[in-house]
Amino acid sequence: MENIFEIWNWYIAGPIIGLFVPILLVATNKLLGISSSFTHICTLLLPATKKMFSDHNWESNSWKLYFVLGITIGGFLSSEFLSKTSIAFLPAEYYSPLGFVKLFLGGILVGFGTRYANGCTSGHSITGLATLQFSSLKATISFFIGGLLFTYTMLFIN
Amino acid sequence: MKNVAFVIFGVLFGIVLTKSEVISWFRIQSMFLFEEAHMYLIIGAAVLVGMITIAVVKKLKLKSFTNQELNIEGKEDNKGIIIGGIIFGIGWAITGACPGPIFAQIGAGEYAAISTLAGAIAGAFLYAWLKPKLPH
Repeated sequence: MENIFEIWNWYIAGPIIGLFVPILLVATNKLLGISSSFTHICTLLLPATKKMFSDHNWESNSWKLYFVLGITIGGFLSSEFLSKTSIAFLPAEYYSPLGFVKLFLGGILVGFGTRYANGCTSGHSITGLATLQFSSLKATISFFIGGLLFTYTMLFIN
Repeated sequence: MKNVAFVIFGVLFGIVLTKSEVISWFRIQSMFLFEEAHMYLIIGAAVLVGMITIAVVKKLKLKSFTNQELNIEGKEDNKGIIIGGIIFGIGWAITGACPGPIFAQIGAGEYAAISTLAGAIAGAFLYAWLKPKLPH
């Protein structure tokens, strides 16, 4: 039990994440996915945009709002009560005006890209692959092409 | 009542993401630089366990607790999967967060991630706005 305060190993975390797909499906008949919560929050903040998101099903997606609220609480509980030392998840240089701009622009790519691709790492790479969707394999490869391209371009520039 | 269940599922999901450091920019960076196997093993194990358990669920023809046929619908395949996927990949490398981890980062006290979330919501808006003009 002492180990829960340490970093969780891949063979603990990976299978638990994988189990969310069948458990969520059987318990609530929902497929794990998170990126459409951005669309949901957007229509919540700006109700006028609701008609722009005509293919976003309000009823069947509202659960994601509660799910991401839970994720936020989970992050808080982990850092407050399940960790012995505080861990930095972001580089310190992101706490600057330029850093905030970088995160905001990166965030736009995350929001735009995941909605354009109709899913993210959870919806495509975990759920989509687990349910054997070929388009999710294409999506996952594309995620890595984008990430690798950027990372190595930055490495090359610097 | 059902919404409480979703919050609880989210809490557990957030704890796993945070405790395995999937939400760490440094881990994402190490993944893209192939410096450590941590992220690849987590994603690989998650997919494998998900695949096997979903196959079992299908084989047993399980119904949901709400007594409905399970809804395992496929996603539409189009050009957006690749173009959008690459765009998201770049954002993932910059912010060190895919959608779930953004929320976990904020909860874990990385308040700079609020900027990432604001960007992501703006990005979702931008997509809906430009959608008629984008190739699909």
